Amino acid sequence: MELLVFVLATAMVIAGAIGVIAYRNPVHAALGLVLTLFGVAVHFVAMEAHFLAAVQVIVYAGAIVVLFLFVIMLLGVDRAEDLDVEPFKVQRPLAVIIGVAVSGLVIAAVVRGRSTLGSLQEVTAEGDDNIRSLARNLYSDHVLAFELTSVLLIVAVVGTVVLTRRSRRSEVAE
Amino acid sequence: MIGVVPRIDPVLETENWWWQPLAVVGLKVLVIFIIGLVGTMFMVWFERKIVAGMQNRVGPNKAGPFGLLQTLADGTKLFFKEDLIPDRADRMVFRIAPFLAFVPAFLVWAVIPLGGDFTNGNDGTVTWFGETTRVQLADPPIGVLLVLALSSIAVYGVMLAGWSSGSKYPLLGSVRASAQMISYEAALGLSLATVLMTAGTLSTSGIVANQSSITNWHLLSTGVVPFVIFLIAMTAELNRPPFDLVEAEQELVGGFHTEYSSIRFALFFLAEFMNVISMSALLVTLFLGGPQPLYLGGVDVLAFLGPFGGTAWLLVKVFIFLYVYVWFRATLPRLRYDQLMNLGWKVLIPVALGWFLLLAVLQVGRDRNMSQTGYVVLVGIGIGVLVLCYLLFQAALIVARRNRESEGAAY
Repeated sequence: MELLVFVLATAMVIAGAIGVIAYRNPVHAALGLVLTLFGVAVHFVAMEAHFLAAVQVIVYAGAIVVLFLFVIMLLGVDRAEDLDVEPFKVQRPLAVIIGVAVSGLVIAAVVRGRSTLGSLQEVTAEGDDNIRSLARNLYSDHVLAFELTSVLLIVAVVGTVVLTRRSRRSEVAE
Repeated sequence: MIGVVPRIDPVLETENWWWQPLAVVGLKVLVIFIIGLVGTMFMVWFERKIVAGMQNRVGPNKAGPFGLLQTLADGTKLFFKEDLIPDRADRMVFRIAPFLAFVPAFLVWAVIPLGGDFTNGNDGTVTWFGETTRVQLADPPIGVLLVLALSSIAVYGVMLAGWSSGSKYPLLGSVRASAQMISYEAALGLSLATVLMTAGTLSTSGIVANQSSITNWHLLSTGVVPFVIFLIAMTAELNRPPFDLVEAEQELVGGFHTEYSSIRFALFFLAEFMNVISMSALLVTLFLGGPQPLYLGGVDVLAFLGPFGGTAWLLVKVFIFLYVYVWFRATLPRLRYDQLMNLGWKVLIPVALGWFLLLAVLQVGRDRNMSQTGYVVLVGIGIGVLVLCYLLFQAALIVARRNRESEGAAY
């Protein structure tokens, strides 16, 4: 049963990932991404991390990809783009190198970490234990990192506003 | 217990796997399916009849007694209409979109407690065929979050329907719809969080069990503010009047489903009305105790219904909100787009956030067993901080408006 769920969820993830790359239409690619995110959510459920699964769907599928779609629709780039034109000459070989490097790193991490991962203690997922242990981790053990993340988000928001809003006064001054 | 099946129902934890658990689950699925469809049919009739009454008309009165079968007749007619797919449509997405709207609307029913014995501190379990279970399809550990997840999936239905039609009015309608749904989801989530914090659990049956008497109803124990915010944000999430800019006929023809016809249109239509009922049921579950009885002078007036008392109470409460929705539609004019966004971002979200923080402070005080004076100081500091935040916020709004005006904005 567990194996079946694992295989199906992994098939979803991989099919979605291939879809993201292979579809020429950006909206279809975004839908492929949604499929991948759902597959990951199924994995979370299978590992009894129900809260993470819910957050995965609400935040990633529900907010982030919707935002992607929003931008795609508003900018009207929802027609297949010509992939033969390359704006930056180096980016494709660079992408290949970085892709290989990252997958190498991930595989190395999994191989090296097998013993550590196996020795991690199992967390019970009865009722609300899931969310409790997560909260304890985030808000007491790693509270500094958590707060730094929120600062990062604020900086990102302020940066976006400053970059996109060039007021008319500064144009006059120029 | 099978390893990966989440513990969603006590009936699945039984040792002897025979026909009883399957019968219980199968029966529940069937009942919810039928309730969903019949309820939706009834809701369409109810809305038309009430609006007609408020506008001094008769409303549907031909098919069946009081026109009750009008929806059935309309539905049958829709089935036999021609199913059109526009030339410029994206065919695959165009076909998927109605289901993305319809299926989440149905699934919300799974986590709503539809009855059961919650009186005298019982936890709402009942015994059918010798198996202990709940009168709700599933009680997953994530509980209410499932509803949020489903409503965020429902955004896709609207968005993709508009985009895939390959026509400008549906696209405009869907962009409006998704902007509106994303904006109000924040306020909805924040007012939901206050309830979850007060109840201390995510499970819907736990939330109902927590509201054992009217003073414990989350309507009162969280202060009325989250309830009002939830009601407004929910109306906006449902794209119901006065927040139905998505379907503003004068501007957008029919909104995101302009190009849809036949059964595909029927699915959108059904999903919309089903969402009205299921979200009303959710509101009742979260704030009004769901199937909890209301004691009038110490007497449960629906106690004579025996085991169906809880369900009857739920129905009564849900009915009030269904009527309120129809009432909104008949009385309130549609908001302008900037009014909609101002209400969502500058009123509802800050108020919901402030109220959430205030309740969180109170909760911390309660957890630490603070003394009376400590509590008063705590509340004083909390309110002081909130007032400061409010003033900062207003100052920011004034500065923003001045900047806009100096750039020559008209409003």
